[in-house]
Amino acid sequence: MEKYRIDQSKGLEFGVYTLGDHIPNPHTGERISAAQRIHEIIDLAKLAEQAGIDFFSVGESHQEYFASQAHSVVLAAIAQATSKIKIASSSSIISTSDPVRVYEDFATIDLISKGRAEIIAGRASRVGLFELLGYNLRDYEELFEEKLELLLKINEEEIVNWSGQFRAPLKDAHVIPRPQNGSMPIWRAVGGPPASAVKAGRAGVPMFLATLGGPATSFKTSINAYRETADRSGFDSTTLPIATAGFFYAAETTQQAQSEVYPYINQGMQLINGRGYPKQHFAQGADKRDVMNIGSPQQIIEKILYQHELFGHQRYIGQMDFGGVPFDKLMKNIDLIGTEILPAIKKYTAKK
Amino acid sequence: MKIVGISGSIVGSKTRTAMNYTVESITGKYPDAEVTLLDLADYDVQFSDGRNYLEYKGDTGFVTKTIMEADAIIIGTPIFQASIPATLKNIFDLLPVNAFRDKVVSMLLTAGSPKHYLIAEQQLKPILAYMKAQIVQTYVFIEEKDFLRKEIVEDDVLFRIDRLVEDTVVLTETYAKIREEKEAKYDF
Repeated sequence: MEKYRIDQSKGLEFGVYTLGDHIPNPHTGERISAAQRIHEIIDLAKLAEQAGIDFFSVGESHQEYFASQAHSVVLAAIAQATSKIKIASSSSIISTSDPVRVYEDFATIDLISKGRAEIIAGRASRVGLFELLGYNLRDYEELFEEKLELLLKINEEEIVNWSGQFRAPLKDAHVIPRPQNGSMPIWRAVGGPPASAVKAGRAGVPMFLATLGGPATSFKTSINAYRETADRSGFDSTTLPIATAGFFYAAETTQQAQSEVYPYINQGMQLINGRGYPKQHFAQGADKRDVMNIGSPQQIIEKILYQHELFGHQRYIGQMDFGGVPFDKLMKNIDLIGTEILPAIKKYTAKK
Repeated sequence: MKIVGISGSIVGSKTRTAMNYTVESITGKYPDAEVTLLDLADYDVQFSDGRNYLEYKGDTGFVTKTIMEADAIIIGTPIFQASIPATLKNIFDLLPVNAFRDKVVSMLLTAGSPKHYLIAEQQLKPILAYMKAQIVQTYVFIEEKDFLRKEIVEDDVLFRIDRLVEDTVVLTETYAKIREEKEAKYDF
């Protein structure tokens, strides 16, 4: 786990992530400027650090209702504004980027942040960027696999010899700057079903698993598939960290948390995916067995501990700003995490 | 209430003819309903390539968005090779999973042979159920002999279309009411 900068004696790592969504407030219909949104993301990272949160990440999204197209630039600003918290992309769409450029950017962020940067490489759940950036959607899978392979190779080898289908070959290419410690953690972003988890396991790459909603046990299937495949492929799954990522929102009571955040999640889903979040499913989300970490601090602590028992994962990151949740509410969430949730999580998950 | 009629083939005239009667029946009985008829023959719809429906442009984007905004959908379709036409299946493929959640969907079929009567039951309903539609269980099945020169000449068919329209509207109103009552009980 050291290779991935994970120290299990300190307990489950807790993080906050944003997709950089930039959505009108469902109550007022008003939308803050992109500039304000970006500054709020940077401020949120600073507050997260002050509250003792371990990790903060920003996703890359190229479409209407987002402000984080240049997510690595935002992360560079966060690197400068913070000093302890780990920072990463969640995720970088490696399929439509040049892995050399991505590595150069993140190695630089790692140097600015003095060794705190990580890359989470994803395939994109929304695919509009393929057209925008000039890629063929038919190559969706192969673009990702080939470019992730190259990215991992660059991380392992400073002088790279490589050839592939989607990028000019590299001959004794010197990819610099190097991250502070020579290499940096690179994760594979995985959606729900086991098929993608199996691919991460086969390559022996740490897995970031999206767990937006539904029973925690159904995600356990993907985690098992990941570990089994990793072991079968000659890796030691006990050395490969797993992280989960999903909705998070805390308030004094579970009822208050649900009523505060539902309008934002529903509108965000409606605008971005074209379907709102069904109230029936959202109501079930309060159950301890559901992965959605929305509720009172006590309820969230119970849920995260239950998930930890089930998954044995090393990091959980919560998305609390989806759908235009205003900044004062985000500050309140950070406060509840720092004062109530984090101490309990650390206490019960630290490995002696 | 937004009702969208679909004429699911780009070939022939019978389904479009029947759908014209259907739209007339709706506007006659429910003047407040907002009705759109999508005759796929009028649009250049591309094959589904897996993207989110919001990301399609042109006719494809118009057709998918119009369907997704509907409260009720009346699907008119012929039977080709003992199944639904590829053009209609493509519409389903363009839409997201659960696309018909909170929507009422009813069916009208035209066919050259009475042997095709159960096609809707065995091939169309399972798709609609998978996509979470509230299905109007009875459908209108119209045979070639009921048409003459782009008109329906069998009164019984016209009565059945009127009943289908009524069932579609009544069920849409009813489900909307049930849903509102249920959702009002949640605390959020």
